[in-house]
Amino acid sequence: MAITDRAEAPVAASTLQVLAPDGAVVPGARYPFELSDADHVGMLTAMTVTRRLDGEFVNLQRQGQLALYPSCLGQEAAQVGITSATRDNDWLFPQYRELGAFVVRGVDPAGIGHMWRGMAHGGTGLIEKCCAPITIPIGTHAPHAVGYALGAKFDGVDTVAVTFIGDGATSEGDVHEALNMAAVFQVPCIFVVQNNHWAISVPLSAQTRVTDIASKAAGYGMAGVRCDGNDVLACRVVMRDALLRAREGRGPTLIEAVTYRMGAHTTADDPTRYRSEGELELWRRRDPIDRYRSHLVAAGIWTAQHEERATETGERAAKRLRDEVFDAPMPDPLSVFDHVLSRRSGELERQRRQLARETGRDAT
Amino acid sequence: MAELTYRDAVAAAIAQEMERDESVVFIGEDVGAAGGVFKATVGLLEKFGPTRVLDTPISEQAILGVAMGAAMTGMRPIAEIMFSDFFAVSWDLVANEIAKTRYMTNGQVTLPLVIRSGNGGGSRFGAQHSQSVENWAMAIPGLKVVAPSTPRDVMGLFAAAVRDPDPVLFFEHKSLYSLKGEVEDGEILDELGKAATRREGKDVTIVALAAMVPRALAAAEQLASEGVEATVIDLRSLVPLDVSAVAASIASTGHLVTVEENPRLCGWGAELSSIIAEENLFDLDGPIVRVTTPHVPLPAADTLEDAAMPSASRIVEGVRRSLA
Repeated sequence: MAITDRAEAPVAASTLQVLAPDGAVVPGARYPFELSDADHVGMLTAMTVTRRLDGEFVNLQRQGQLALYPSCLGQEAAQVGITSATRDNDWLFPQYRELGAFVVRGVDPAGIGHMWRGMAHGGTGLIEKCCAPITIPIGTHAPHAVGYALGAKFDGVDTVAVTFIGDGATSEGDVHEALNMAAVFQVPCIFVVQNNHWAISVPLSAQTRVTDIASKAAGYGMAGVRCDGNDVLACRVVMRDALLRAREGRGPTLIEAVTYRMGAHTTADDPTRYRSEGELELWRRRDPIDRYRSHLVAAGIWTAQHEERATETGERAAKRLRDEVFDAPMPDPLSVFDHVLSRRSGELERQRRQLARETGRDAT
Repeated sequence: MAELTYRDAVAAAIAQEMERDESVVFIGEDVGAAGGVFKATVGLLEKFGPTRVLDTPISEQAILGVAMGAAMTGMRPIAEIMFSDFFAVSWDLVANEIAKTRYMTNGQVTLPLVIRSGNGGGSRFGAQHSQSVENWAMAIPGLKVVAPSTPRDVMGLFAAAVRDPDPVLFFEHKSLYSLKGEVEDGEILDELGKAATRREGKDVTIVALAAMVPRALAAAEQLASEGVEATVIDLRSLVPLDVSAVAASIASTGHLVTVEENPRLCGWGAELSSIIAEENLFDLDGPIVRVTTPHVPLPAADTLEDAAMPSASRIVEGVRRSLA
């Protein structure tokens, strides 16, 4: 079965694919022969762990432990394929659905859990792994990535800024400005659009008149490429090319990874109100993990032992998340005055003392 | 000692900081080749080259987003928003991103950047190019807000803003750009959050900011001829706010008049008045009076704009009301 432009329609020939949905290598594909067996095992393990953890996040939210959670179910290939091509010092600027990217970077799931629990906005282990804070407002982080890339270019540092946005974000003004400025300044920045076909309840066809988001790159004078976002090897190949382009000073790239949001927009959303079971079933048959596993098993790279180890690793990560997040204590209310500014001004200190007095707390 | 205009002081202040620190870069629309639409950045491109002085596309959101991202790499960007009114098209970056990043990362990501902007009325630019928006900025936790009234303060406060660990919105007043003033030689560095007493008088404390400072001083001259001696305090920054300087002054004068260019509702004078009323009420011997632009968009016609903005005579009238 071929990948589609719209959720239900047949595919454009320009979409780069390495693996067909049944796991067979597509004739004439640009297979990433540079990957070792260990690389392959690492990628499929990351995808497996991501799916297990993602489910645990949803469970914890359902049990009232998290304020909210946006599931990345179905998008594991795009996130793992893209991120595994980066170096550890390439900076990622995520939206909010990039659990797979964090798993590849080795971010502690407990910290991500604390964030979704509302215990802290940040300071939860992302920065240490060169991941910028999770951004809830749509597309606002795209210009940040351009600025980071500009700074890196200025400093002569060999790092690439990678920003993850969705199909919906391409309608935002700041994304347009970021794309244009990245091209004008020829900075080492890669825009990864995970086209998952739905922006909450708005389908791609109501988001934009183009069916090929990558084609928008031409309007900015930058490279644009479209790949099958449920094909981890295709994602890896286009990202490898984009990173090389960035490192060689040949400017930014717009990557469109065509995938599908299998879950709700967030745990606060009910997608059965606006999309069909038939569409979901179509995409279930294009599952990214099944596809890659079929390929690696056929190639003799992935064994039952690998499967067992990956499952164990996922269980360990899910247990750590649950242990660290379930009923975790909330911070002291007076801590809201911390980190507003580098130090508390007289006026802020006055307000802190007042709140302490009004709520019977010790302000010292 | 040299005499500089306020606009020359802006360029000199940027140059001082770019010479001192290689991580300081300057980005904005028409700031390089054109030298700024207010000619406040003339010569910087020639001096520092196009990698440190960047002319950008017309993209306020990208300018501020890029400044934010660059600050994350350890640079100290200076971004220009040509008219402060244009903050409205890029406010998401200011209010939701730049102001909150330190807080939302528990102090892990800091943004030592300055956004400078031409603010205020008196130049007949009409409702969308004349606003005083310092009170918008003051309303957002996580920002520092600075507005100098003299060429010397432009230098000292700008240097402090660039070296500050927090994001600073630096409001230059458009109608002050041609103001001349003495500026001492050598490096000038002030501290943010320290008000300056521009004139000492025992009868009333007039608190003003930016272009309202010379108007308050003119009012004080007029009052002196009537036998009323006014203290004039120039706040210089709204965050941090030097409440103690104002409190100390009214402890001796017993009267407070604020002079604000921003439209009346929720102006900084309301905040200052409420603090003084809450904490220093018994030092007051008369009502606090706020002299402001009324809550209207600024008109373009000179007679109308002059009528809307606080003038020396309106300030005098406000002082009389407090003393009555």
